[in-house]
Amino acid sequence: MNAVPKPEVMVPFDHRQSAHCESGVISGLLRHNGVDISESMAFGISGALCYAYVPFLKFGGLPLFAYRMPPGHIIRGLTRRLGVKMHMQKFRKPAEGTRVLDLHLAEGRAVGVQTSAYWLSYFPPDMRFHFNAHNLVVYGKRGDQYLISDPVIDILVECEAEALQKARFTRGVLAPKGLMYYPAHIPAKVDLGPAIRKGIRYASGMMLYTPLPIAGTRGICFVSRKIRRLDPKNVHYNKLLLGHMVRMQEEIGTGGAGFRFLYASFLQEAAEVLQRPKLKDLAAKLTDVGDEWRRFALHAAKMCKDRMDMDYGLLADQLLNCGNEEEAIYRALRAEVK
Amino acid sequence: MKKDEVPQQNAKAFMGHSKLLYAVDGQGRYVPAPCNGWEAEEIVLDQAIAEYVRQAQDAWQRAKAGAASTLEYHMFKQRMDVVLLAQSTGFFKWRVRRDLRPGALQRLSPARRERYADALGISFAELGRLPDQP
Repeated sequence: MNAVPKPEVMVPFDHRQSAHCESGVISGLLRHNGVDISESMAFGISGALCYAYVPFLKFGGLPLFAYRMPPGHIIRGLTRRLGVKMHMQKFRKPAEGTRVLDLHLAEGRAVGVQTSAYWLSYFPPDMRFHFNAHNLVVYGKRGDQYLISDPVIDILVECEAEALQKARFTRGVLAPKGLMYYPAHIPAKVDLGPAIRKGIRYASGMMLYTPLPIAGTRGICFVSRKIRRLDPKNVHYNKLLLGHMVRMQEEIGTGGAGFRFLYASFLQEAAEVLQRPKLKDLAAKLTDVGDEWRRFALHAAKMCKDRMDMDYGLLADQLLNCGNEEEAIYRALRAEVK
Repeated sequence: MKKDEVPQQNAKAFMGHSKLLYAVDGQGRYVPAPCNGWEAEEIVLDQAIAEYVRQAQDAWQRAKAGAASTLEYHMFKQRMDVVLLAQSTGFFKWRVRRDLRPGALQRLSPARRERYADALGISFAELGRLPDQP
């Protein structure tokens, strides 16, 4: 149809792989615009660390386990606390979304977009699931291919225009509606200190004082009790549930343990900025809890596969341990940033 | 987790890629640590994929035997279920369920079939066909 190759646009963008898509994209975009901020710092300031068990939201018949705040929270929380103004735009028509994206690229602007993970052609087939809140940075276009810096992938990738448009305009839960964003205004001086304090207060408050037994550290203990009480007769369902828990924990967006490590990394950086060495000790404690989450995941996965004898008591004990340890950590954190 | 304890079990689902974790180095400082696969993740991923494959195979058998429409097969093939397909098309769940019955697809208006084909990311013609293999 169009024999003339379209001109190439490319914005020089520093691709840095990250543990989580949203914190990766927003820290990447801020770095691109001159704010030196790491992924862990972005995650920590946004206060996105969380835990929630939501039995009335089901995916394929299995309840939702969340290890962080809902999608969009990292970008909003971080930019609000830093005083950065984001330009965010959604579109009604897919073609319009693509046209405006091209326009921004032509103006030399790298932009973040929200997509479904399923329709991105560069994702390994076994990693493609219908999850609508993936985030990535588009930094250029060559012919019919968009040049993409996907923060969870180790290399720079490309995606056909048609596939990207489909991924940006899937419908359903958390539909991206072509969401596209970039920092529009950045204050002359970004002060991390107060933002860090607010972020820590926010996350620890969510974990300790959410008035629901299914959220925060109480939520962890709640799920522990639930596992202890699983009926050994429903082995098939129990295995599906445990497998689902581990998958939510370790894969869908970094995972439970992964977020603990990410947060611990943030606490180490925060200790330097705030000159509070105690935060480093708490980071080390949080690392231990992350390790316990990973042991839980490994045991649960092995039990699903019969590589280990099914032992609900052991899994429940491990979760309870995580819940109690985390509670102590968040209390200490709050005392540190008062 | 220490950096040298990060599992490197070469998961085939990653296809040679690796994901990033944060782990502590010898001095206890956090550093980025790539990981190309871990047993626990691989087990639960295989479990989930096997469930999708099983559903698609069952639907293929049903469609082959004339007990369901080809839409059911394509729905499971694209790792969806009735809820997800209803959300992606904007149709009610009961309408989607009705269209899963044998022969239902052929009676639909072209516009409706187009919506299904579009949501499933396949062509109009493909939607009505059943591949030789599930």
